[in-house]
Amino acid sequence: MTQPKTLFEKVWDAHVVKEVAGGAQVLYIDAHLIHEVTSPVAFNGLRRRGIPVFRPEQTVATADHNIPTLHQDKPIRDALSAQQLAALRKNCEAAGIELYDIGHVHNGIVHVIGPELGITQPGMTLVCGDSHTATHGAFGSIAFGIGTSEVEMVLATQCLFQTQPKTMRISVEGDLHPGVTAKDLILYIISRLSASGATGYFVEYAGTTLENLSMEERMTVCNMSIEMGARGGMMAPDQTTFDYLQGRAFSPKGPDWDRAVAYWKVLSSDPGAQFDEEYRFKAEDITPVITFGTNPGMGMPIDAEIPSPKSVKDAAASFQKALRYMGFCEGEKLLGKPIDYVFLGSCTNGRIADFRRFATLVKGHRKAEGVSAWLVPGSKAVERQICEEGIDSVLKAAGFALRQPGCSACLGMNEDKIPAGKYAVSTSNRNFEGRQGPGARTLLASPLVAAAAAITGKITDPRDFI
Amino acid sequence: MAIDEFATLTTTAVPLPIDHVDTDQIVPARFLKATERKGFADHLFRDWRYAESGRPKADFVLNNPNYRGKILLAGRNFGCGSSREHAAWALYDYGFRVVVSSFFADIFQNNALNIGLLPITLAESLVCEITNRTLENPKTAYHVDLPAQTFAVVGIPLVAHFEINAYKKACLRNGFDDIDYLLDMQADILQYEKKTRWMRT
Repeated sequence: MTQPKTLFEKVWDAHVVKEVAGGAQVLYIDAHLIHEVTSPVAFNGLRRRGIPVFRPEQTVATADHNIPTLHQDKPIRDALSAQQLAALRKNCEAAGIELYDIGHVHNGIVHVIGPELGITQPGMTLVCGDSHTATHGAFGSIAFGIGTSEVEMVLATQCLFQTQPKTMRISVEGDLHPGVTAKDLILYIISRLSASGATGYFVEYAGTTLENLSMEERMTVCNMSIEMGARGGMMAPDQTTFDYLQGRAFSPKGPDWDRAVAYWKVLSSDPGAQFDEEYRFKAEDITPVITFGTNPGMGMPIDAEIPSPKSVKDAAASFQKALRYMGFCEGEKLLGKPIDYVFLGSCTNGRIADFRRFATLVKGHRKAEGVSAWLVPGSKAVERQICEEGIDSVLKAAGFALRQPGCSACLGMNEDKIPAGKYAVSTSNRNFEGRQGPGARTLLASPLVAAAAAITGKITDPRDFI
Repeated sequence: MAIDEFATLTTTAVPLPIDHVDTDQIVPARFLKATERKGFADHLFRDWRYAESGRPKADFVLNNPNYRGKILLAGRNFGCGSSREHAAWALYDYGFRVVVSSFFADIFQNNALNIGLLPITLAESLVCEITNRTLENPKTAYHVDLPAQTFAVVGIPLVAHFEINAYKKACLRNGFDDIDYLLDMQADILQYEKKTRWMRT
């Protein structure tokens, strides 16, 4: 009788090339996604060593982090951004790496296009020089973010030195209430575990609530695993996963498809598999969530009062510093507070399902005066689908305009920066100080909370509209 | 492409007792547009260190001439958030060789080790005690001994052991990086690929 294994252990063990003395392992990487920001220094390193990219066919590149979201057909005005994109082009061409450049039909945020094109598949190891690589774990893959030195390692050898993380299972059971989304679910979990509660762990999400989510919703959940410190997060693949992947550009075809599905079906944690840590939550306890502080663990029910540091896990002097930055006080309610910006987009909530939800709520209403709304599709494919489904007309009628795909205001590397002191209800993943622009104040929330804020101009419970 | 060798270090320290310092604070995203690893020391803690006008903020510790040294005494969960290695580069290029915390975010810790910046994890109470010593007396010196895996306060009998992966320790001591090792393993990698080709069709 073999020892029961977790999903994580099954995938991990299948990718260990070699054990190294001292507790490190050489892990093989099936797919490597690269972008313009964290790859140029890695390519410089290869050139200095005089070595080629080992497996260019297992590497895919996109331009997403620094690109403008308006006038993408025009030359890029920011000289440094243009230079970084030129370096990506040159590096990909020299190495024979497929690049979905700005304007390409497959262009988009790296964690949106990977799944969309079927590059992400169950049971694989996938890395990218970006911490939100955890997104791809929604397919039952081991996916995690790496630094530039590691990007260079993977380019050079398709392998990484890794120490095996501990395992954690987070189970959620039951049905989510109306108006409560996958984003609320993950913000709730992070608020319970804190911004560091899963550091050193790889998380498996399980339970009926998760099983009933669409692939896009599962991606939203796995995406934010890093926000509680986890190396990554994953879910066992099931029929929802297979249905999503069938027929996509990089998905296996014909007999290869059947063989792949047969393998993917064994990728779940065995009964009796042991996790180093387990948490259980109930879907019925979850409401729409909003963050009030400067890390994603500082979230609360949208209709609650800002807690006092004493009642918050992980509290410290940092808690007061965060409230000062946000201009909030403990005990204060956020409902009804005026906001300045709304950002719909990012690798967390920039998929078609997110635009559908946002449009459903704003339909028949008008964008509030004085609110700037940036609606940024996660990819060219999302942009096309928005138009095909007529969502663009609904948004236009409500006074909203679409921008072009990119990471945009999530990290404010391009021109899309929230001005200092302004409040932004943002569907992205980080509310760190200055994340969306120097001095910007970010309130993380779901696309529904963002939509309700966009039409009322203040923090509003989306359940008032449904 | 070796990293700098690390054996022992005796130096004063800079206290930054704030929890959850994320890599956006260490280097804001707008400074990530470089295609070379150059100039990041200037961007270290940019928005905490400088006003919008470019004038240094007097209340930030890096602008306090009393605090100097190659060790940063950090709060819990240091380096969380974005995977940007630029954060580790900025700390290193500024002159830090060691960061002490009660725990580090995973990706930051890997990035630091990969470039030769030593992350030392000590018990929270000890990090507090050391930070207080430096706050009270900025001239307090510390001695880091990587071969012995010890962190000591110079002049008093306070010596703490720290853990480090044996492989990473060897890399730091000898100035090797992972690619040097991985390139030597090509035969193993090719054999692995052959054996598992069915998984990647």
